[in-house]
Amino acid sequence: MPAQVVVVGGGVGGTLTANLLSRDLGREVRVTVVDPTGMHAYQPGFLYVALGQASGRWLSRDERELLRGDVDLVVDAAESIDRSAGAVRLESGASLPYDYLVLAPGARLVPEQVPGMSNGDGGPGAHHFYSLDGALRLREAIRRFRGGRVLVGIAGIPYKCPPAPIEFVLLLEEHLRRRGLREKAEITFLSPLNRAFTVEPASKLVQPIMERRGIALETFFNVETVDPSAGTVTSLEGETAEYDLLVLVPPHRGQRAVEESGLGDAGGWLPTDRSTLEVEGCERVFAMGDATNLPISKSGSTAHFEAPVVASRISSMIRGTEPKSSYGGRVMCFLETGDRKATVLRFDYEHPPAPPAPSAIWHTAKWMFNRLYWVTVPQGRIPERAA
Amino acid sequence: MSVIQVDREIDARGMACPGPLMALIGAIREEPVGTVIAVLSSDAGSRTDIPAWTTKARQELLALEDEDGYARFVVRKAR
Amino acid sequence: MSTAVAQTLDVKGLSCPLPIVKTAQAVRNLASGDVIEVLATDPGAVPDFDAWCRTTGNRLVEQTEEAGVYRFLIQKR
Repeated sequence: MPAQVVVVGGGVGGTLTANLLSRDLGREVRVTVVDPTGMHAYQPGFLYVALGQASGRWLSRDERELLRGDVDLVVDAAESIDRSAGAVRLESGASLPYDYLVLAPGARLVPEQVPGMSNGDGGPGAHHFYSLDGALRLREAIRRFRGGRVLVGIAGIPYKCPPAPIEFVLLLEEHLRRRGLREKAEITFLSPLNRAFTVEPASKLVQPIMERRGIALETFFNVETVDPSAGTVTSLEGETAEYDLLVLVPPHRGQRAVEESGLGDAGGWLPTDRSTLEVEGCERVFAMGDATNLPISKSGSTAHFEAPVVASRISSMIRGTEPKSSYGGRVMCFLETGDRKATVLRFDYEHPPAPPAPSAIWHTAKWMFNRLYWVTVPQGRIPERAA
Repeated sequence: MSVIQVDREIDARGMACPGPLMALIGAIREEPVGTVIAVLSSDAGSRTDIPAWTTKARQELLALEDEDGYARFVVRKAR
Repeated sequence: MSTAVAQTLDVKGLSCPLPIVKTAQAVRNLASGDVIEVLATDPGAVPDFDAWCRTTGNRLVEQTEEAGVYRFLIQKR
């Protein structure tokens, strides 16, 4: 009787884990991926869509095409996890029993938690590029933009892809410059911290670029509320700023199924061991990617490097051997700085990032990754290697 | 080692991005007023960054404890 | 029939994604049909080049390995 592994979520983490388990164990395992849409989105692409640099078309593919043939796919939403029964309850009413459970459901956006931040419907409230429809609306708002004050800020922590808001403001500045609108725009970046970006050496690279390009920096500005009628945004720290075009990173929470199951913390995040990726207090349940409570990057790269660890540990448990693989905190993220240059952040728990000066090489590398993603990452064709 | 009752502890040692201060701000945003949050950081910059934010945001920094290779910041959500 | 090599690119010691990035840049300067020889030590280069050739239509003529050095012969489409 093969072991039953249920993977909740068909994003990069879930897809890769499922494929690695199937490849490693063959008939010894039955893997089922459950995903609400059955479509796999390349989320790093939303930023480019918002700036008119990419079409929504290459951002999404059938999850079925990315999974190995012997992995089952159930297109349904997980409603809750019944740990005593060892089963995932689905919205349709069906139930998926598991011997091992991988929770990779990602994070959900909750812009409604910011008073005045409309749900990205293109009204006078705030825009975002954290979903395809949000990115498309923002794209149209940028197309219509003829001048004024542009504010880019963060309305919730934690959020996916720490570099994204900095990348957005730098790429937007370049975009307006190329359209001949730069003189008419006043651009300000509202940082939650006392510098532009959390990783200090990267901030040191990026701040002079912002200064040269006339992008103002407001520090310690954690967006709390938006007043669309007044065109203002107010921070936790008590400051107010005015805007004509407002782009915010929306607040994020863990998925409802996690909250329904009583497994999540105050933000709905799963308490996870930083090395074994087991969910605390749960036997044979693993968490990965955006859904964990780990104070590490919520990025595709994290899930990409966590997946082999989760798959290897489950394989060992199924075979009855001692799990040896552990996650060392490895992440690799690009940071685009505009004008066809980028830097790269590579780090793990033992080695902090030492980003190089922005160059064309890393911008090319990022775009190659954008294009090769579909035929490499989900299938596990990029092998694991030491940082 | 303090005897302050901590409601939530975040171990951000060795975690450079998004970093201990962001982890603290996130927890402050998620928790109700009165919650006591402890953040462990191995990043030297936290020693200036975290107190600078708690002052600006008018949150209560209850303690800054030096341990072996890291620091422990204890903050109460005041507002 | 021997495949005359138009350029040899030595990326030994470089890790992913640099071998593939530097190859892409070099290939841009070649004529259609030219063959580039790439020498790499990163084992990740094997799936990277395979995927890149499939996506771009450049032809992976040959791929060999000897004593830890991977040799790729790629023909520009």
